[in-house]
Amino acid sequence: MYQSENLVRELTDKHGRSRQSLIPILQGIVERYNYLTDEAMVEVAKELDISAAEVYGTASFYTFLDTKIRGKYVIRVCKTITCSMKGKGDIIQTLEDMLKIKVGETTTDRMFSLLETNCIGWCHKAPAILINEMPYTELTPEKIVEIIKGYMQK
Amino acid sequence: MKNKGLNKVDLIFEKVNLKEVLIKAFKMSGDEIIQQVLASGLKGRGGAGFPTGLKWKYTAAEKSPEKYIVCNADEGEPGTFKDREILDRVSYKVYGGMAIAARAIGAKQGIVYLRGEYRFLLPQLMKELETFHKIIEEIGYDFKIRYAMGSGAYICGEESALFESIQGDRGEPRNKPPYPTTSGVFYKPTSINNVETLVTAMMIIKHGAETFTQLGTKDSRGSKVFSISGDTPTPGIFELELGMTVLQFVNEFGDGDTKAVQVGGASGFCVPRKKFTDTIIGFEGVPTGGSMKLFNSSRSMYNVLHNYLDFFAEESCGQCTPCRVGCQQLLKGVEKVKKGEAKSTYLNELVKLADTMKVASKCGLGQSVGNAFRTIVENFREEIIY
Repeated sequence: MYQSENLVRELTDKHGRSRQSLIPILQGIVERYNYLTDEAMVEVAKELDISAAEVYGTASFYTFLDTKIRGKYVIRVCKTITCSMKGKGDIIQTLEDMLKIKVGETTTDRMFSLLETNCIGWCHKAPAILINEMPYTELTPEKIVEIIKGYMQK
Repeated sequence: MKNKGLNKVDLIFEKVNLKEVLIKAFKMSGDEIIQQVLASGLKGRGGAGFPTGLKWKYTAAEKSPEKYIVCNADEGEPGTFKDREILDRVSYKVYGGMAIAARAIGAKQGIVYLRGEYRFLLPQLMKELETFHKIIEEIGYDFKIRYAMGSGAYICGEESALFESIQGDRGEPRNKPPYPTTSGVFYKPTSINNVETLVTAMMIIKHGAETFTQLGTKDSRGSKVFSISGDTPTPGIFELELGMTVLQFVNEFGDGDTKAVQVGGASGFCVPRKKFTDTIIGFEGVPTGGSMKLFNSSRSMYNVLHNYLDFFAEESCGQCTPCRVGCQQLLKGVEKVKKGEAKSTYLNELVKLADTMKVASKCGLGQSVGNAFRTIVENFREEIIY
């Protein structure tokens, strides 16, 4: 859980209060906290003077506007064909062993969430993942361990 | 069959002096620009292949004080990554193409819709946009570009879904007509063009339509950037003249054991080895937005098809029934056949379903699921069953 009031107001001031500001505002919240709480969505609805159902309806359409609790670092492993052919399975296995979670779960310390995602546009450097917005490509189990260790020390 | 062979081209990534090109373009009237682009025969590089000149002409003909040029940078087709590379290396040419399009159609505002997966590029793109705005100001032309970000939805690459997303809504495609040229983003006349299309159009203005028409074939003029991946020793981005056969392509990029090439991504067509010789990559054969995936004989085409169907079942927006239910049933159907829970003849029923989706679905997503489905099932039937 996080306190969203100040951020929501900050974002609505920045993007405006019209309907087209909705997605940039939600993206702004996700950028800071990685997911949308019910409270944050209600807050946004109030600021934009639309129903909370509209906000939830829009957010839930977009994969990256998560409405479930997520860790500080969201790992999205590409599962589309080339990454899948080039060792995505080993990457997932390594991450699951290292973080002690399954795909779709978040570590108990709320540091990492492990998800799968559709094609992220790095097929020529497969397998590829995103950690928050940063892509990492041509991965091997050894490489991914080093990358995650780096995030653990951040 | 006569064809052009495989020739590498350097048009998209060629360095140009943006200001010079824009000054040249702005000396032309909107109509002159459109005539040049029409004469070049350029067709959209995002995959659908609508003639760019016509799109601009229709938008220009609309009488509205508010028009938009939208750059579709929601590159989500599996196996396509050329727009990322173009934006990364020559975004100023994308902006330049947008300015030229704006001149042609009479727009003052441009929007780039960038997929969320490419957000890491945004700081760099914004910096280059600042430089672009300075150049435009120096020339004394009234045109501004802004960014709208996607958030992980393949369907938002569909033009009307993209408009809905810019407007702050769920990315659900609209009924057509009206087409974007009449009623696009914010329901105003809009020309929406792919990243590569805009750069190509700018290069056509720079070099003249003739240099472009010398490349390619009658139906597929010019060159195009290909995103090459899968079982190939040289994956990456290559700009090639249009008109080559799949065989010529495989001879250059294959690993010596290529059994199939998926042309045009998950929504494209699967070309098996026996058809390599007489299939041309282009609008007269198999069209592509750039995605070329090679599969060698170690790959199971069942896995390929299953992966694509899983992709579509997840990415269907769910608005229209043929696509929402169809994608799920195709996925379940091939699983059943594989497990022996349904007879192999059930595949024929599934092909019929895919054909129905082509006719009955609201947008390109549902309409094109059948492309890969039919071509994989027809050519690799035994791999799907056993």
